[in-house]
Amino acid sequence: MPLSKKDIEYTSTLAHVQLSEKEKTLYLGQLESILKYIEKLNELDTTNVLPMDHVLDLENVFRKDEIKPSVNRDQVLNQAPKQQDGFFLVPPVIE
Amino acid sequence: MEQKYEPVIGLEVHAQLKTKTKIFCGCSTVFGQEQNTSVCPVCLGLPGTLPVLNEKVVELGVKTGLAFNCHIAGQFKFDRKNYFYPDLPKAYQISQFDKPLCYEGSIEIHVNGEDRKIEIVRAHLEEDAGKLLHDEQNRMSDSCVDYNRTGTPLLEIVSGPDLRSAEEAHAYLSCVKSILKYLEVSDCNMQEGSLRCDANISVRLVGQDKLGVKTEIKNMNSFKAVEKAINYEIKRQIELIENGEKVVQETRLWNADEGKTRSMRSKEEAHDYRYFPEPDLPYMRLDGAFIERLKATLPELPHARFQRFVRDFKLSEYDASVLTAEKDIAEYFETCVSIFSDAKTVSNWVMGDLMKALNEGNKSLSDNLVTPGRLAELLGLVKDQTISLRSAKVVFGEIFLTGKSAKSIVDEKGLVQISDTSALEKIVDDVIKKNPKSVADFKGGQTKAISFLMGQAMKMSQGKANPKLVNEMIKNKLS
Repeated sequence: MPLSKKDIEYTSTLAHVQLSEKEKTLYLGQLESILKYIEKLNELDTTNVLPMDHVLDLENVFRKDEIKPSVNRDQVLNQAPKQQDGFFLVPPVIE
Repeated sequence: MEQKYEPVIGLEVHAQLKTKTKIFCGCSTVFGQEQNTSVCPVCLGLPGTLPVLNEKVVELGVKTGLAFNCHIAGQFKFDRKNYFYPDLPKAYQISQFDKPLCYEGSIEIHVNGEDRKIEIVRAHLEEDAGKLLHDEQNRMSDSCVDYNRTGTPLLEIVSGPDLRSAEEAHAYLSCVKSILKYLEVSDCNMQEGSLRCDANISVRLVGQDKLGVKTEIKNMNSFKAVEKAINYEIKRQIELIENGEKVVQETRLWNADEGKTRSMRSKEEAHDYRYFPEPDLPYMRLDGAFIERLKATLPELPHARFQRFVRDFKLSEYDASVLTAEKDIAEYFETCVSIFSDAKTVSNWVMGDLMKALNEGNKSLSDNLVTPGRLAELLGLVKDQTISLRSAKVVFGEIFLTGKSAKSIVDEKGLVQISDTSALEKIVDDVIKKNPKSVADFKGGQTKAISFLMGQAMKMSQGKANPKLVNEMIKNKLS
């Protein structure tokens, strides 16, 4: 499936990444070659192969509903660029 | 105009499951903790952390699914729902996409005197997001984020597009809440956000099969708000269509102050969530025995209880629905009836005096001093004519305040009803002597005058006279 510049723009919008025109062309070429490489898999006959939607060979890993201590608030907030009165501060979000 | 169109409504209910800890980490879920004190590297989405599923969440989810007559998935998994928003520290929400825990169920609701079956499309597990606070005065100032709620376990229950009016939506919501509370799987407190509801609404011409374009309404904080928002939205959509305009598929927010829904500034293409299987959580497999074990623990559910109350206690549908809406009220009523078998009288007292006293005293049924046994005892005293109905109301108030037995209050206050005819005769003679005008009125055919004379007699006896006997006596003496 050939990619277009529109696909690159859509993907970068979803990822909140701003790309220059030059970068768009560059990534279009790179993505196309990656997809072409993956397309090789289509040569295989998968008629009798179940789709794999998970890589782990584990099942039923649970924890008990028991309270574990939370972490110190200052320690947490000090990781953030901005804080005030025990809150994280983020640029204004208005719906 | 409205009859030309048929509204089609489906509800998505988010219920917070009643666990001590979050869905994927050991942080407490207690409401009202100081901001950002119930957080850890897992729920903050710090790099290198791994979520581990709380087993209680599965138990509560399965129980709920069974109560909604759903199939329970023998095998289920989690998926990532990707979007950027500051209340979501990982930039994805762990939810369930194509293999939900519960699917294809239904519940019966009772509305306008008829039973309606409402499909449950699915009920899936997910984590809640954090809380954002905006400065409404200064819209350019930074927003504050509190991540305490992040990772709180939710069960999202999705109904089919089966509801046809705001009233039905309200009845459905009440029923869902009632079931969740009977199961004790959620507190269902809308103010604290442990029960939330979004509505999908469209309208179509009556008789048309194809669904109209729908809008999704969010931000409804009470049952009343849900009803009002739905009614507003139905009207808005019909008006658009009548004016030759088109309904736009979008998310709208209910504004309770304005009584309107308004469009959420929709970021174009923002609704591509790119779900994919959550690689950090393995598949879960539930064996049949586990599900059967939970099935055996299900209590009698509200609708079944409602039908039993109408059938066995001969209560009106209205009384039965009020008494069964909450489990503890239904249990109180049944305990009381097991001692004092006149169900209608018990129902009147529970729905009348008891509810009123609880409301006014701001008390809950469980911490109230009028136990079912005390109420039954009181009703027994009225039935065997030891006390009058009027005295019973006074005694009820005393039990409510002091928790003493009805018998001891009656003795203490000397409320035993006077049924001794010679004692009553003295009172009646006195009343007749002192109220010649009313006596004349009565004799002149104004039968209403007797209630005044009755009142005087009751007053003179301090409410203790047996009203039935007094009534007969006055009539006899004046005829």
